[in-house]
Amino acid sequence: MNLLEMKAIEKSFNTVKVLHGVDFTLRRGTVHALMGENGAGKSTLMNVLAGIHKCDGGTLEILGKTVAIPTPKRAQELGVAMIHQELSPIPEMTVAENIYLGREPKKGLFLDYAAMYQNTVELLASLKVDINPRTKVGNLKVADQQLIEIAKAISLNAEIIVMDEPTSAITNKEVENLFAIIHDLKQQGKGIIYISHKMDEIFRISDDITVLRDGVYVNTWQTGKIDNNTLIKNMVGRELTEIYPKTEVSIAGTLLEIKNFTRGEHFQDVSFTVRSGEIFGIAGLVGAGRTELMHALFGLDKPDAGEIIFDGELIEVKRPQQAIAKGIAYVTEDRKQEGLVLEMGVGANITLASMRQLSSGLFIKKDREKKVIKEEIKALRIKTNGSKQVVKSLSGGNQQKVVLAKWLIKDPKLLILDEPTRGIDVGAKSEIYKLMCSYVAQGNAIIMISSEMQEVMGMADRILVLSNGRVGGELKRGEFVQEEIMKMAVTHI
Amino acid sequence: MNRHNKIDIRGFIAKYGVILGLIIIIIFFTVMKAKFLTLENMLNMLRQTSINGLLAIGMTFVVLTGGIDLSVGSIVGASGMFAALAARSETGIPWFAAVLIGLLVGLLLGTVNGIVISYLRVPAFIATLGMLSIARGVTFMASNAKPVPGLSRGFLKVGGGSLGIIPIPILILTAALIVSYILLYKTRYGRYVFATGGNPTSARVSGISVKKITCSVYMVSGLLAGLAGVILTSRVTSGLAQSGDGYEVDAIAAAVIGGNSLSGGRGRLWGTIIGFLIMGVMNNGLDMMAVSSYWQLVIKGIIIIGAVMLDSLNETKS
Repeated sequence: MNLLEMKAIEKSFNTVKVLHGVDFTLRRGTVHALMGENGAGKSTLMNVLAGIHKCDGGTLEILGKTVAIPTPKRAQELGVAMIHQELSPIPEMTVAENIYLGREPKKGLFLDYAAMYQNTVELLASLKVDINPRTKVGNLKVADQQLIEIAKAISLNAEIIVMDEPTSAITNKEVENLFAIIHDLKQQGKGIIYISHKMDEIFRISDDITVLRDGVYVNTWQTGKIDNNTLIKNMVGRELTEIYPKTEVSIAGTLLEIKNFTRGEHFQDVSFTVRSGEIFGIAGLVGAGRTELMHALFGLDKPDAGEIIFDGELIEVKRPQQAIAKGIAYVTEDRKQEGLVLEMGVGANITLASMRQLSSGLFIKKDREKKVIKEEIKALRIKTNGSKQVVKSLSGGNQQKVVLAKWLIKDPKLLILDEPTRGIDVGAKSEIYKLMCSYVAQGNAIIMISSEMQEVMGMADRILVLSNGRVGGELKRGEFVQEEIMKMAVTHI
Repeated sequence: MNRHNKIDIRGFIAKYGVILGLIIIIIFFTVMKAKFLTLENMLNMLRQTSINGLLAIGMTFVVLTGGIDLSVGSIVGASGMFAALAARSETGIPWFAAVLIGLLVGLLLGTVNGIVISYLRVPAFIATLGMLSIARGVTFMASNAKPVPGLSRGFLKVGGGSLGIIPIPILILTAALIVSYILLYKTRYGRYVFATGGNPTSARVSGISVKKITCSVYMVSGLLAGLAGVILTSRVTSGLAQSGDGYEVDAIAAAVIGGNSLSGGRGRLWGTIIGFLIMGVMNNGLDMMAVSSYWQLVIKGIIIIGAVMLDSLNETKS
């Protein structure tokens, strides 16, 4: 008997149909990867399972019994747990309080803290997780918070555990830890639905793969019986000849030189150069100081020591305005928190950093602005209903393109891309890669930070590896080997 | 998802429901009181509303950045008092200089708010709560808690005079609205205000001086409160230390009724206009119907909560 069978699930929002009769089956003791581009309906399908959305048609069976899941509470009772992409613990409460939130053990009228902590200790031990149950969750790393969510799911006797992009914000070592736990859960006969954009992970840990496209069920395969390219083809509905369209660009003189950059614990004595025409990759584990380094270069944080030589001139960057004025642009790691103003329109976001050029005196030249926006929407193929559509309602890939457009219209000499393709689908990824190539071909340079090793290796001309805030090594294109990069990434740990 | 293409009644109501509300209220009073919808009464109503209108416009700037200004009532009191002290006939100070003094007091107090909030990082709620108390205290001290009568004739015209049939406060309010509209929607300053409220981090990364923008909205609010204070003093023909007390409530109410989100970034100036018009029409109409002022308070409260409730219900559904 299957753990879960979803049959012919239909769901519309207002009049837009987002799920067209989707089937999904989860076997006991397996990991089932759910794949598809953003907007394919993965999250909606999972929200139906978790009782967040009510489906319009179709049936749900858990352990052979037809069930209705009208509320998240009902889902919990039926043994469905969801570990969200954006975790939602209460940061000021302890690990144990979070795990037992809403079902605290009681002694008479009062909370039984002793029992709560004791239970938590046992629970965490069973997962081989070493976290103090009295720590405030807000003080834990993302990876640990995730483990807490998993522990909570297990304590709820969840049989079906949905993991939505669980590795998007954790280090490689933590990924290994997570995979070990997933392995144990499989052994216990639980079923895991695993959503991820990372191909290598999917092939490593899943048993089955189901692909959705535009709300339609495409197919389900056993993982061993499908290869990477076929999978991608099914996801995007067309052949992607090459994922990394890296083109040869003649590399010119030094554009940027960073000397002895140091900022407290974040990074120490980092030096490197970036040349025009080059894509300069920065690799390293999460927490290696890559983003912090870029923040300092862009004037978002103040370094304790170090020099920036840009375009042959020693420059001082205390504020982003100064970096921007010199021709540096920064596509931040977290587009929602640091890249976009979600409530504003597509157009206003695109021109936000260029208001000065688009104004005469205080006044905005609306016609010029409209023209620029229209051109960018077309050039980057941003899927939108118009420049007034609020950015919040775009898909991740299109949001990322808006951030890119914002900087590209400024025509910067150096473009810093921090995790440029995180959480966006294969199709949009490949478009962003193409943009990067044509951009450096015009004699500009790109610094690219990425946690996806394949991406850095596929796109960069050189890779600087940071390790615990220091330079772990540097490699030229042609010398890229995954093991070598990993070795460099742990040199100073 | 193409939810935007279709005609959506709920979306329409969410967007324009406040206008509908205003029309319904006007129809109601027109039916109940024949004298309500006359030119004379409408001008009277608008004149009464102009003070709250000015404060609500300032509040809109502040609220757009995600802040709040609780001190506007006290700034009305302080600026009105200093203007009155200068405008006394015996000082010999010309009326426009007295007006200017009132405006400068408002701007100064607003600037203090702005600096404390943006550069010294005190939460807006706390900083302006403190200013509410400070400005009121200063007002009492400046006047020894006594009324300041005997204002020059020129000064009295600012609030009491008319140009043709139109009372001067209405003209001032209209001018303030036009300038604010241009600032918010036609200049990059306005764009920066929206961006700062919507996401300060993204704004900063985009090269916007978030601190300056934050500081500036309190200056705008203070200046407009100063203007309101001058008009109020002129209308009541003497400086009163307690004048403006509690005005912040109506100003915030007008802004939120108009659909401005208190968390910033989402708002509209025309909504604020509808917001203060609703407040003004209600005050005027209920007075005409001789509804007790206690009941008026209750009704006002219900309208504030109701308007925001409709807004948030629509928000969650979409």
